[in-house]
Amino acid sequence: MEAPLVTLQSGPREKLRLAFAVNGEERELLVEPYKTLLEVLREDLGLTGTKHGCELGECGACAVLLDGELALSCLVPAVECGGRAVTTIEGLRDGPELHPLQAAFADHGAAQCGYCTPGMIVAARWLLDRKPDATRQEIADALAGQLCRCTGYQQIYEAVESAGRVLRGLPPLPPVVAAVHGEEPHGR
Amino acid sequence: MMRLPRFRYLAPASLPEAVKVLGDLGPEAMPLAGGTDLVPNMKRRQQTPANLVGLRGLAALRAVSGDAGRGLTLGAMTRLAEVERGPVAAGWPALARAAATVATPPIRNTATLGGNLCLDTRCSYYDQGEEWRRSIGYCMKREGETCWVAPGSDRCWAVSSSDTAPVLCALGAEVTLLSRGGERRIPVAELFADDGIRHLSRRPDELLTAVHLPPVEAGQRAAYVKLRRRGSFDFPVLGVAARVRLSAGGTVEAARIFLGAVGSRPQEARAAADFLVGRRLGDEEVIREAARLAAQVAKPMQNTDLTLGWRKGVAREYAARALRELVG
Amino acid sequence: MADDREATPRPGPRALDDDRPAPRPGAASPAPGLAAVGKPLRKVDVRGKVTGETRFADDFTMPGALHMKLVRSTVPHARLLSVDPSAALAVKGVRCVLTGKDFPIAYGLMPVSQDEHPLCNDKVRFVGDPVAAVVAADELTAQEAAAQVRVEYEPLRTIATPQEALATADPRIHDYGDAPNVHKLVAFDFGDVPAALAGADQVFEDRFFYQGNTHLPIEQHAALAWVDPDGRVTIVSSTQVAHYVHKAVARALALPPARIRVIAPPQGGGFGGKTDPFNHEIVVAKAAMVTGRPVKIALTREEVFLCHRGRHPTLMRMRTGVKDGRIVGHSVETVLDGGAYGSYGVASVHYTGALETVTYRMDRYRFRGCRTFTNKPPCGPKRGHGTPQPRFGLEVHLDKICEKLGVDPAEWRIRNAVPPDTVVANWMRVRTTGLVACLEAVVKASGWRERRGRLGRGRGLGIAASSYMTGAGISITFGDLPHTGVQLLLDRGGGVTAFCGASDVGQGSDNVLALIVAEVLGVEVGDVKVVTGDTSLGPVDLGSYSSRVTIMMGNAAIQAAERARDRLAAAAAAKLEVPASRLCFAGGRVFDVEDPARGLTFAEAVQRAEAQAGTVGTVGSYSPPTPTPRYKGGGVGPSPTYSYSAAVVEVEADEATGELSVEKIWVAHDIGRALNPVAARGQVVGSVYMGLSEALMEEQEFRRLPPKLSRALVHQAPSMLEYKSLTFHEMPEVETILVEEPDAMGPFGAKEVGQGPLLPIPPALANAVHDALGIRVDEVPITPHKVLAALAAPDRRYGPAAFPDVPWPEPLLVPPPWEGGDGKATNERKRERRLPGAKP
Repeated sequence: MEAPLVTLQSGPREKLRLAFAVNGEERELLVEPYKTLLEVLREDLGLTGTKHGCELGECGACAVLLDGELALSCLVPAVECGGRAVTTIEGLRDGPELHPLQAAFADHGAAQCGYCTPGMIVAARWLLDRKPDATRQEIADALAGQLCRCTGYQQIYEAVESAGRVLRGLPPLPPVVAAVHGEEPHGR
Repeated sequence: MMRLPRFRYLAPASLPEAVKVLGDLGPEAMPLAGGTDLVPNMKRRQQTPANLVGLRGLAALRAVSGDAGRGLTLGAMTRLAEVERGPVAAGWPALARAAATVATPPIRNTATLGGNLCLDTRCSYYDQGEEWRRSIGYCMKREGETCWVAPGSDRCWAVSSSDTAPVLCALGAEVTLLSRGGERRIPVAELFADDGIRHLSRRPDELLTAVHLPPVEAGQRAAYVKLRRRGSFDFPVLGVAARVRLSAGGTVEAARIFLGAVGSRPQEARAAADFLVGRRLGDEEVIREAARLAAQVAKPMQNTDLTLGWRKGVAREYAARALRELVG
Repeated sequence: MADDREATPRPGPRALDDDRPAPRPGAASPAPGLAAVGKPLRKVDVRGKVTGETRFADDFTMPGALHMKLVRSTVPHARLLSVDPSAALAVKGVRCVLTGKDFPIAYGLMPVSQDEHPLCNDKVRFVGDPVAAVVAADELTAQEAAAQVRVEYEPLRTIATPQEALATADPRIHDYGDAPNVHKLVAFDFGDVPAALAGADQVFEDRFFYQGNTHLPIEQHAALAWVDPDGRVTIVSSTQVAHYVHKAVARALALPPARIRVIAPPQGGGFGGKTDPFNHEIVVAKAAMVTGRPVKIALTREEVFLCHRGRHPTLMRMRTGVKDGRIVGHSVETVLDGGAYGSYGVASVHYTGALETVTYRMDRYRFRGCRTFTNKPPCGPKRGHGTPQPRFGLEVHLDKICEKLGVDPAEWRIRNAVPPDTVVANWMRVRTTGLVACLEAVVKASGWRERRGRLGRGRGLGIAASSYMTGAGISITFGDLPHTGVQLLLDRGGGVTAFCGASDVGQGSDNVLALIVAEVLGVEVGDVKVVTGDTSLGPVDLGSYSSRVTIMMGNAAIQAAERARDRLAAAAAAKLEVPASRLCFAGGRVFDVEDPARGLTFAEAVQRAEAQAGTVGTVGSYSPPTPTPRYKGGGVGPSPTYSYSAAVVEVEADEATGELSVEKIWVAHDIGRALNPVAARGQVVGSVYMGLSEALMEEQEFRRLPPKLSRALVHQAPSMLEYKSLTFHEMPEVETILVEEPDAMGPFGAKEVGQGPLLPIPPALANAVHDALGIRVDEVPITPHKVLAALAAPDRRYGPAAFPDVPWPEPLLVPPPWEGGDGKATNERKRERRLPGAKP
């Protein structure tokens, strides 16, 4: 059979054309083959909401949705993204209103330093898109690729649960405040 | 920010083109599937192919066909997240379980079954940045002379760290390797060689295109138990895969046991498997003896997480846990 | 205009008995009536964090920016013979290569440890010490060219451990220190401990080891520098202390401080790892000066491990004499592995003894501390700075003592808690203490009395308690100047801008600033714009460490806001024709409390004040009270007030494999007052997480290859994958209880919360493992192989077998308060002193 030789190829110092959709907008640019999606998002498109903590797939900070699936932008060569749809933290909300996950992270104290937060929220979105009533075990399973050094994860569980309720049309959970010694504990 | 080295990128449009390109370029090229192993290795300059052959456009590598009765053929680019679910989970839950323990959810969404089989062997003297490796004078696996795990040794002791490999070995699965010269189909166990450097029998011009799971037999049970530090991220420091066929009365008629992450390839525990045949798994004494025999093939080295003595010490316990899972 | 300046007091040393601020409205007042304090409001800066709009250091760039890579030493200890950049300079795209010759001046954090060069001059001291910097058009080119820099080394013998450091006189890693390869030795006798032990009913001795670990903030260090058109060298860096960077750059580059501006954007976690000024921050500034272009550097994760400044590996020996159930004498000796440079080390070694006294009564106390140099990345301050190690030792030691005495360890702690308003054996002054309340709270919540010892084999409960500083009493570098300042600018629209040098590391300090100013001025929190972390745009704040920002910046903010309120009140009083004393600031209005309808909007009040006396800007500042200890070295440990914590850990231990699963943690923290209860709980749970992660798995461990074949001494696992930290799966549920007893020292009564709750977790886990399996693991981390080894050991223990011989100096003799004396050493003048020779 006669197939085209190769659809796409570059020299090591040549740029390749990349056309893809980022947060619903068609983007077209020339990229070096060595650049990962992370680098193109941050450096070529100025979308610095996507963070990085290792660039080796070991922390989860750079998570984005790639064709709707949770993926690590540091491990994907940008040239492999042609024709695909990328959603970053910047694409989570449409307009000034926060996405329910963003609102819940803000209300429940789930963002401290905020550096793992974009990846965490994107991963939580991936989960809630499929399972808005996820259990704690399901939240742990889905977010287990995201490291956080600030929160101890607890308030992240609470935020994801609250956002899941909002996505199901239920009122959000009030933020849990610590029990104060001598008073009846509030919250769980 | 860690950056990939410069390389030439090629994206063939068809399988024949892909193997032609691989054949033309030989060791100068590496196929790029999910990239979750190769990309970090390239960033650390452990692997620096001049050419990357991107397989993304090859739909044939994603095809899945068959069922539990006839056996299942999974395209090599089937993502691990897909192996966790669907027909694999229904017919071969031990494989689904193994896939589900790999790395993290976003990595399993990207990593492929073929890539997990071809995973580069791992070693704590090798999975390091370029400057780190320069600081130790490199190692035998890349640019150096010495295997620091066993400085007197003339071979590399890097570890086969795939979770799916021992299960596929135990299940008796096969793989198809395609090259310009044609294709060959070999048992998964024969894909691996006992050497940290030349750990695959795949030639550089060959592409692993498919994984074939044999039909599920009546009385078939399989299990995979993984030892690692944390419930996520971590590679196995021991993986125990076991597959048995039980008679209607519960006697073991056939058994295969493979241990992962304790050698440069999945290690077959033949004595343990042979011991099980004709015996009943419900008997805790039988499990203990089989676990003892299985643990004997575990020859861990001090080149992974956790201490060597401890990993050796708990191999028996973990083997027993895998065997107990077979009881159901 | 001038009136504010004239009204600015000169905070300085105060008399011992005059150090409590006068009661003032807003400070430690009862909770009712507070509009913002204590409410679970969103943090003012959180929106940017959930939308991705917050810009961290690496999110900054400049048009035309160049990129820099450091060339780092590949040998652990060597004389640097030559650095040849010619091959690197020949790479297309390379703009310049800097070497040690460009940086003749040494710098360092502490005045006594000016022992680092931005790029090594004559020696390298660990694998990772930077020797050159390559600046190129893009980062990959810089990286490729960096590999072309040729460096010639003359290797020296490598010192890998404190034991080797103590035994090696030559070669020396540094030519200063209290002994060859010993950075610092300290020795104190607060009363005659040997005599106390001789008179005790029982004497207990234990040895402990606490492994080093690192901060692992998810954000890697990054810095961007440029020379402004006005000639000012500007550096944006992920630093917790902009002013330390400012000071180090001025010194190392011999620049006038007035011509340097350091901007510290919010940090993506720090935990103490971004409190030192770092070589890359200085080098990137120099590169911008040399090239005339903006220059950027972003460290890789491996480089962050090499920057380190994390927890010191610490070997400890404790000896305690008990009589009638109370401690009559307690002795602590510590040996710290300091790594290759001084960093905060002098403070670190003092901290391994300074807070041993503030939890339980002890009649006499003896402390010896030793920090050694080794050829490894330097250690420094990590959350809890120097205190988690002895806290682990003390709390496990006490658990063993209680077991021998046959008393409940929770009851013993409650009975022996230091009471409030006590000056303890080493002269630290305890004011309010919630220690007993914390212990009672976790005992109750965990069902301690009913459940401990009754959970069956393999499951156990352990308890521990602790204390931490709410800010350090003495400034490391700025002498008697205030520790912080807040400046307010009130605009005609009723907006308030608060300027402060503090920077938000994620703990919520920006929110604290806005909240406090809003509370005092009676405006909405959102009406206060904070401008922080910029040395050109705000008064000095000593930075986000030692749990100091809430108390210090908070008190300064109250002072500045009260001054603004006074000006507005005077103007409003004139306008409304009511006495200023009757005016109330609330709800965005200034009104007569007796006739609330009679009032002005806040904006109108600002306008009236501006019309009356010009632009409304005020300042506030804060200095901690004069420390009670008056002996040399007594400057480490004093704090305006101490927080207290207690925790119970429930563990499931697998006897077959030694693996541990922590099922639940109850923690109570004496916070004084929670300014924001959601954020406060987050700090508690986050501290518990970090303590548990250290206790279970984190290790900054090194690998030395067979000496016959190699000189290598390298970090064992400088990666997020192999440096293990807890994931969602390992982190248990934490039940948090806040003990609120407002402390007069704190703003609205608040104490620290960012560090203290870490401290009880490692020992509570060790004590729980004992309850579960009857074994003692006297080490952190408590890994499965140690559990199995302890199960197999005849004494059912895993831990250090020996404590090295240390050439302790003659101790300072400081009688405890109840044995007379005045907080000074009785032998200070006589004692033979080895002066730490400053490095030229």
